Amino acid sequence: MEKKFADRDLACLTQLDEFLTSLEGEKGALIPVLQKAQDLFGYLPMEVLVYISRKIGVPISRVYGVVTFYSQFHLVPRGRNVIRSCQGTACHVRGASAVMREVRKCLELEGGAATTDNLRFTLESVACIGCCGLAPVMTVNGDTYGRLVPEKVGDILEQYR
Amino acid sequence: MEKLARAHVLVCGGTGCSSSGSKIIIPALREKLQAKGMEDEVRVVETGCHGLCEMGPLVIVYPEGVFYVRVKPEDVDEIVETHLVKGRTITRLLYREATTLETVPGYDKIAFYKKQKRYALANCGHINPESLEEYIGADGYEGLAKALDMTPEAVIEEIKASGLRGRGGGGFPTGLKWQFTRAASGDKKYVICNADEGDPGAFMDRSVLEGDPHRIIEGMAVCGYAIGSDEGYIYCRAEYPLAIKRLRNAIAQAREAGLLGEGILSGKFNFDLHIKEGAGAFVCGEETALMASIEGRRGMPRPRPPFPANSGLWGKPTNINNVETFANVPSIMRDGAGYFASQGTETSKGTKVFALTGKINNTGLAEVPMGITMREIIYEIGGGISDGRNFKAVQIGGPSGGCLPESLLDLPIDYESLTRAGAMMGSGGLVVMDETTCMVDVARYFLNFTQDESCGKCTPCREGTKRMLEILNRICEGMGKEEDIPLLENLAKSIKGASLCALGQTAPNPVLSTLSFFRDEYEAHIREHRCPAGACAALIGYTITDKCRGCGLCKKACPAGAISGETKNVHVIDKKTCVRCGECQAKCPFNAIDKS
Repeated sequence: MEKKFADRDLACLTQLDEFLTSLEGEKGALIPVLQKAQDLFGYLPMEVLVYISRKIGVPISRVYGVVTFYSQFHLVPRGRNVIRSCQGTACHVRGASAVMREVRKCLELEGGAATTDNLRFTLESVACIGCCGLAPVMTVNGDTYGRLVPEKVGDILEQYR
Repeated sequence: MEKLARAHVLVCGGTGCSSSGSKIIIPALREKLQAKGMEDEVRVVETGCHGLCEMGPLVIVYPEGVFYVRVKPEDVDEIVETHLVKGRTITRLLYREATTLETVPGYDKIAFYKKQKRYALANCGHINPESLEEYIGADGYEGLAKALDMTPEAVIEEIKASGLRGRGGGGFPTGLKWQFTRAASGDKKYVICNADEGDPGAFMDRSVLEGDPHRIIEGMAVCGYAIGSDEGYIYCRAEYPLAIKRLRNAIAQAREAGLLGEGILSGKFNFDLHIKEGAGAFVCGEETALMASIEGRRGMPRPRPPFPANSGLWGKPTNINNVETFANVPSIMRDGAGYFASQGTETSKGTKVFALTGKINNTGLAEVPMGITMREIIYEIGGGISDGRNFKAVQIGGPSGGCLPESLLDLPIDYESLTRAGAMMGSGGLVVMDETTCMVDVARYFLNFTQDESCGKCTPCREGTKRMLEILNRICEGMGKEEDIPLLENLAKSIKGASLCALGQTAPNPVLSTLSFFRDEYEAHIREHRCPAGACAALIGYTITDKCRGCGLCKKACPAGAISGETKNVHVIDKKTCVRCGECQAKCPFNAIDKS
């Protein structure tokens, strides 16, 4: 099983093992373990899910069920910069969809694609980040940009290229 | 022991203000004060949310209580030189009332705060959320100390006497819930704080967690004592990293000080807390789904009974309340039930925090006594509708709530009257809408949300919301049919009656309330293929009038190449190629493009 992992991944795996040891005896640890694994690997590759399943004795079917249930978990690699465009009610009535359209245009994301081909950006929508006073809002890697209008989007994204 | 300072500068470090720049202002202030050798005289405090998020970043200088708004990093020098050194107020940074445009110097004179009664939010914005000493200085943990001197039964009686009801949406009497959990048989019981604030447009729980985390710990400890539990969980959504950080810090401080852990306040009561981070699922705000998620499973609700009070987390009796409910507990214990019970209406006691957002001048958090009218909140506290537009509707209660029209603005807000009007208290998000908001589009927006967040376990919710969304999409695109309205009503009835949990049971509310108050908008979409608010892209068109000077800016701006015309001649939009993005109208310097 271990043969499948590259060196860099093995280093992540060691850290994941340490985390698993620290959780020894804790009930309901699956979600925190998956969160840690995604932190380390950037996403959740299938071989990591199999590894976790064996390590903590939870059937892979259940692990997969949990991963695909929660929107925070990702089975495919994501871009280096993650843009989260808020689609909350306050943002919606203050023009979030025009902002979202502009982001898609700037990143040349066609159809429903979320990640750019060069893996530089991933665009996701989020239900509400709780900055409704600044609507419409988006975050890039945790930095928040508020009171957006489509004209501002290009300059903001430029900083992360 | 820290030295006494002659002035305190409070800078809001809530999520709203730090996003609009307080993160840069705080170090800049400290640096400037150090350069002037004033770091011992003036203390800079990063506080939690003050509630007036629209005007952030907020800076308040004490002892005068001068309230500066929209402060920029370049203003720091002036605040130090003019205010802190020379003692002069900087007029241009003062708050201006949205209605009168007059400047207001002090916190307590601003209309936004005048009508408020901050009880759950009493400390938010006034203390340093990372300091246990400041919380204790504001009478923190006194409620817990008092509770521990009483019998658990007496604590429950006190909470019952206060009339506190669940602030997360259901409105179930809190004392009664505690009593059920206490009465349940079992040696191990749990306390859970629901901090999975998922309603778009509600952020009061986040503000309490970020601005006053010890209050939640205290409230949960009181509950633990009352129901006979020694272990609690705070389930916080992962989208709130700052709240999680401050909670972790507060829990560590409380353990250190003997306020959590074994033998609290040198007595016999043991209680400890864990934090669980959510993983992104709206349905986890439902209590049985939340517990499934803590147990490491998919967050799917299960039928009740058994209620969590008898069989909750890992099958043990569990009491679950939301953040704002727990936030009220310490003060009720400290002051006794009397004050809380004296506020509000007959059936809805106390104060409630509302999140004001949308097309309103003062976006932010307002805590007011129950029974206040919507008009007072929107016009007196919220400062009215922004951009001089007209009020159309207010959406209350998030995806489970409804839209209320102008005729109901004088409705007193309490649990029962809102439910009667077809909305609900929910978590207390108020989204104000003006005449440019299309009510069909709003209904579609919420259905899109609930359809997306439906966990898929029960058919009425999973399939029903999808079908309703398809119909609403059709109507917004101008392809609605006459029979669509009765079909929507029929589906709504089935979904409400047959869904497993509150997510499904309330999902049709936004559609039903817009259908009852704004039916004419649905009819205009269906019969005349017209969107009266001019919001549904498929039903609007742009035309260039003879005000056009032929400058060509619109032609350049059009992403679809739909505009043609010679320089200095009136241009024309080709309706077939036009994608109705509105770029041309935004760019036109002569107001020559009409939307219809």
